[in-house]
Amino acid sequence: MTETQELEQLVKREYKYGFTTDIEQEIIPPGLDEDVVRMISAKKNEPEFMLDWRLSAFRHWQTMTEPEWAHVHYPKIDYQALSYYAAPKSQEELDADAPESLDDVDPKLLETYEKLGIPLHERAVLAGVKGANVAVDAVFDSVSVTTTFKDKLAEAGVIFCSFSEAVENHPELIKQYLGTVVPKGDNYFAALNSAVFSDGSFVYVPKGVKCPMELSTYFRINAKNTGQFERTLIIAEEGASVSYLEGCTAPQRDENQLHAAVVELVALDDAEIKYSTVQNWYPGDEEGKGGIFNFVTKRGDARGDRSKITWTQVEAGSAITWKYPSCILRGDDSVGEFYSVAVGNNYQQIDSGTKMIHLGKRTRSTIVSKGISAGQAENAYRGLVHIGKTASHARNFTQCDSLLIGDQCGAHTFPYVEAKNSTAQVEHEATTSKVSDDQMFYLRSRGLSEEDAMNMVVSGFCKDVFNELPMEFAVEAQALLAVSLEGSVG
Amino acid sequence: MALLEIKNLHAEIEGQEILKGINLTVNAGEVHAIMGPNGSGKSTLCHVLGGRDGYEVTKGTITFDGHDLLEMETEERAIAGMLLGFQHPVEIPGVKNIYLLKEALNAKREAQGLDEVDTFTFMKQVRELVASMDMDDAFLHRGVNAGFSGGEKKRNEILQMLLLEPKLALLDETDSGLDIDALKVVSEGINRMRGAERGIILVTHYQRLLNYVEPDFVHVLYKGKIIKSGDKSLAHRLEAEGYQEILEEAS
Ligand SMILES: Nc1ncnc2c1ncn2[C@@H]1O[C@H](COP(=O)(O)OP(=O)(O)OP(=O)(O)O)[C@@H](O)[C@H]1O
Ligand SMILES: [Mg+2]
Repeated sequence: MTETQELEQLVKREYKYGFTTDIEQEIIPPGLDEDVVRMISAKKNEPEFMLDWRLSAFRHWQTMTEPEWAHVHYPKIDYQALSYYAAPKSQEELDADAPESLDDVDPKLLETYEKLGIPLHERAVLAGVKGANVAVDAVFDSVSVTTTFKDKLAEAGVIFCSFSEAVENHPELIKQYLGTVVPKGDNYFAALNSAVFSDGSFVYVPKGVKCPMELSTYFRINAKNTGQFERTLIIAEEGASVSYLEGCTAPQRDENQLHAAVVELVALDDAEIKYSTVQNWYPGDEEGKGGIFNFVTKRGDARGDRSKITWTQVEAGSAITWKYPSCILRGDDSVGEFYSVAVGNNYQQIDSGTKMIHLGKRTRSTIVSKGISAGQAENAYRGLVHIGKTASHARNFTQCDSLLIGDQCGAHTFPYVEAKNSTAQVEHEATTSKVSDDQMFYLRSRGLSEEDAMNMVVSGFCKDVFNELPMEFAVEAQALLAVSLEGSVG
Repeated sequence: MALLEIKNLHAEIEGQEILKGINLTVNAGEVHAIMGPNGSGKSTLCHVLGGRDGYEVTKGTITFDGHDLLEMETEERAIAGMLLGFQHPVEIPGVKNIYLLKEALNAKREAQGLDEVDTFTFMKQVRELVASMDMDDAFLHRGVNAGFSGGEKKRNEILQMLLLEPKLALLDETDSGLDIDALKVVSEGINRMRGAERGIILVTHYQRLLNYVEPDFVHVLYKGKIIKSGDKSLAHRLEAEGYQEILEEAS
């Protein structure tokens, strides 16, 4: 067997999170119309303004068509065949509110999160096990099941809760910020999300507060034939700072499942938001059957002067990823950063990248994208650097590297630059490389197994991005990468 | 029992026969030098011994320390105590040198049923070795061979050898590209490895390395065969006369 064939064998992955949780659920029948939107809103006991917002998003969505410009191919989605709301039953009995304490949570759910390695018991966390000093919000299908460390955060003035709770307890903040970064009609999937989103996380860090711990949300899709639409809103007021991580997994199912999330970040003067994602939705099997369609709109508004928004993502799962975490650099001297590792194996398709929209003076952005393709995967980087007329002395640096494993996968880059101000400085560097036979032989001749050798080369390639992840998660990301490229040795 | 015994070894690359019947025996405690004109198959022999894919052995046997070498994967050979010092060490960007050293050492320890090396002991040992190679600690934190000069790469190979303490070191032109001081440092490193329980094979073009590391045997490889073997005087003769005469003698 040649080295290349062996490498291909090597990258055959097994998905470790493919189990389902057998739990009684309330799922509304498939189909989407205004009544469904009303039903979702009613189930959440939402105030009038939220229902109106959803309905206007829905009406807008009906006038839109699904985008086709991305470098991905998939059968047409039948939006009427999906169910738009699923909740664990015990939850439902609690009136769709988040439970007050862990005792109210179905033990099966807790077990699920234990299996995923996410401790929801605050005591366990405090005892210093994995994930120490991280507050967690867990979203199971459509609803948030629990948020840990709420009290400790409240002491610091930080609000960290499910989106539903925020609508109930902090409607003024929702009214003020919802849809101000990603308008409800922004794009096809964002509009759909705005109409039917079920839950998600909400973070508010008041003026001058440095959030005392890492915040994180774990999303889990469990129910069959349901779409998952969560919505996250993070607000950092003047001088505030917060680091937030989201992780996601889903069971192994033969059919594709739709996930269309929206994330909005708002950073006021001197505020800093670091948003990290470790995305590990079920990618489908070796033949490309099943897997999550991950169509996500993430955008940060560096609204204030000297504000900073950093997106760091490790995208390892999903059958299709369509995702462009972006920054609007509105404040003068604001900074936007995007660090991405996107791994595609088997028949995964990835079209991901970022947009850096420079509007303020002396705004700076950095883009570091590392694409890894194995098997028959197609991996595209799509990036836009826009320097507006008003953005004098703006600077961008883009580094875009692709690593190929085997010879049947593809890597593509679509970098777009629009500079409307002549003082702009825009730099772009791109490389494409292969995990070479020389590298593999060298490392193996030092006693490393093929898998370890491969992981070493790949994590070396990703180093610049891993360095940007919060300490607690860098190790996790590295492990995930290893799992993604795991398989039988030739 | 010999440490390494190669019998009638034939090997081809992409259907083309490069090694055409090599016989070579290396006992523990011996240093062998292999010389020969460019393209004669020296590196090919090293790669075949290292078990590189794409190098197909069509005939012959190799035993290493009692194992049938041809049945072993590259990493198994390494763990069994073979170390290949490359003529052209490859760059692995983003992977810290120190990380590779540690992983390599731990792979070996794991096979021996030992625990992972503790960081303190490891760092102490590595720092000493780095100093003995006249290298800067900064090299430990750079990517493996990334942006290293030719000479730095070769020192790095010797550093790995000193740490991993192989039973058999196969050093392919480790002396090429070294300045005079570096040649001395590298030679000292090799001499430190010399010992009753170890075998060393030096592939080289030049007598100057052999002035520092005196070989017990010298072999001339030509067109895939060892056409002449002798003691260290053979290398002196080559240095003085070039290959022409010896090739004619042999044919
Ligand atoms: N991948 C390959 N495909 C075809 N021929 C090859 C390949 N690799 C090596 N060869 C050939 O095998 C022969 C031996 O090469 P090798 O590198 O072993 O020589 P060498 O003795 O180490 O030479 P040098 O002293 O220049 O390092 C050469 O003719 C070379 O062109
Ligand atoms: Mg050679």
